Amino acid sequence: MSLFAYPFMVQALEAGTIVAVMAAVTGWFVVLRRQTFAGHALSVMSFPGASAAALAGLPLPLGYFTACVVAAAAISAGSRTQDRRNFAQESAVIGTVQVVGFALGFLFLSLYGGVLEDLESLLFGSFLGITATQVVVLLGIAVATLAFFAVAGRPLLFASIDDLVARAEGVPVRLLEVAFLLVLGLAVAATAQITGVLLVFALLVAPAAAAQRFTTRIGPGIALSVVIALAVTWSGLALSYYTDYSVGFFVTSFAFAIYLVARVSSALAPRLAPAPA
Amino acid sequence: MNPPATVELRDVTAVRDGRTVWSGANVRVEQGEFVAVLGPNAGGKSTLIELLLGLLTPAAGSVSVLGAPPGAHGSEIGYLPQRHAFDATTRIRGVDIVRLGLDGNRFGLPLPWRNGHAEKVREAIELVGATAYAARPIGECSGGEQQRLLIARALVSSPELLLLDEPLDSLDLPNQSAVSALVDRIRRERQMAVLLVAHDVNPLLPYVDRVIYIAGGRVLAGPPEQVITSETLSALYDTPIEVLRTSDGRLVVVGLPEAPAHHSDRHAHP
Repeated sequence: MSLFAYPFMVQALEAGTIVAVMAAVTGWFVVLRRQTFAGHALSVMSFPGASAAALAGLPLPLGYFTACVVAAAAISAGSRTQDRRNFAQESAVIGTVQVVGFALGFLFLSLYGGVLEDLESLLFGSFLGITATQVVVLLGIAVATLAFFAVAGRPLLFASIDDLVARAEGVPVRLLEVAFLLVLGLAVAATAQITGVLLVFALLVAPAAAAQRFTTRIGPGIALSVVIALAVTWSGLALSYYTDYSVGFFVTSFAFAIYLVARVSSALAPRLAPAPA
Repeated sequence: MNPPATVELRDVTAVRDGRTVWSGANVRVEQGEFVAVLGPNAGGKSTLIELLLGLLTPAAGSVSVLGAPPGAHGSEIGYLPQRHAFDATTRIRGVDIVRLGLDGNRFGLPLPWRNGHAEKVREAIELVGATAYAARPIGECSGGEQQRLLIARALVSSPELLLLDEPLDSLDLPNQSAVSALVDRIRRERQMAVLLVAHDVNPLLPYVDRVIYIAGGRVLAGPPEQVITSETLSALYDTPIEVLRTSDGRLVVVGLPEAPAHHSDRHAHP
């Protein structure tokens, strides 16, 4: 049976493609800025988000998009000392926000009294339920996210590498850091719709981390991250379609394999002659 | 009329978090001068740099940088903050980091065809002698190599003033001398004034026109032979200090009250 025979599968491929591009670009900055833990905490927020939405009778995705953005704002507000990003404090704040998220999720779920539908697809991803409306929403989020990186990517890179100099050169470092976390919150919530909550890093971190192993160039690195994310998403969706195992499982396995290859090859390969600038 | 001084402080008081760091500072740095900023830790050397960058406003007095109030100078000032090294996981090439000094503060898509930039980056890297390793990830470069690349980033926009906060820190002695000589060569070739914060004046002595000594809440500026003397430093610290000159011309400052005073009391009263 052809992969494109059913509309739901076409929508899944569309959504997967949109999410892969967005996650790969966002992820390149996540890896550079060492904010993987923040990404993880934000992905966890879909639990309180979804259970709060269930309790309030609202659509579940609305719940976890909101929860992600609120948590992103809390993390960025709590992780600064003397107006600079404080790495030690940041990880403590993220850990605290995360555990509060779990507790609230449990509370809302108990109050709701029911069972969250499709818990497995929430956690491990599914392509069955993706509607045409969802594709449009994801596309809107992706366009906004990519526009942010197109406009602010270079100053964000500067702020990520050297916040003091960037600030002295007039880069609004604080604003960019907050904006990046909000964008990350959106990207995580969107990625979770394909890979499931527990497996967002398959698209958000693994392709970018592998790409940064393969090349230290900025433009080609981001492009490679996108290529890897697209490859693992498409092959994951196809295999899931034909075998009936979860899409998140395949996407994660492929992404892990590519990351492993990247690590092994960069460890084994004698350093190549540096390319001319 | 004389051209305006590159840096001018008149009766400046610097206050940070409600505490007066130093006061009564009168400093003038002329175009193209090499100035060492010296003094004990936490004495307010970096505070001076922040004032010049406009990141801190003076509590009293006036500061002028390149004939204007501080801040809003952007590419006219090259700045290298005090730092710890990039670790091996920073997988960004040196050349890309240097380029940030040129356009890192610009919003918008970086357009590859808007060039002349690549040429400037190449020149700056060549000037600091970093061409051989500029394409390597900066995390894999040694401390001295990283420092040269960061100096290249500070000067790539052809600023008129370089502010270098402890660039010699964490370098071994040969690299300290090499980087000092490099900064001297650059400021002569590019006609820029340099303020370099340092712990030890010795690697800089052959090159500096002026030193700014910050200690005990006061700021003293002048030629090194006038400032780094037993009389001047004793008056500045308000305690006897001896400046000795070794046979190879190095200055040794003895008696600096760097250690807390009660430290010796503990031994007196066990």
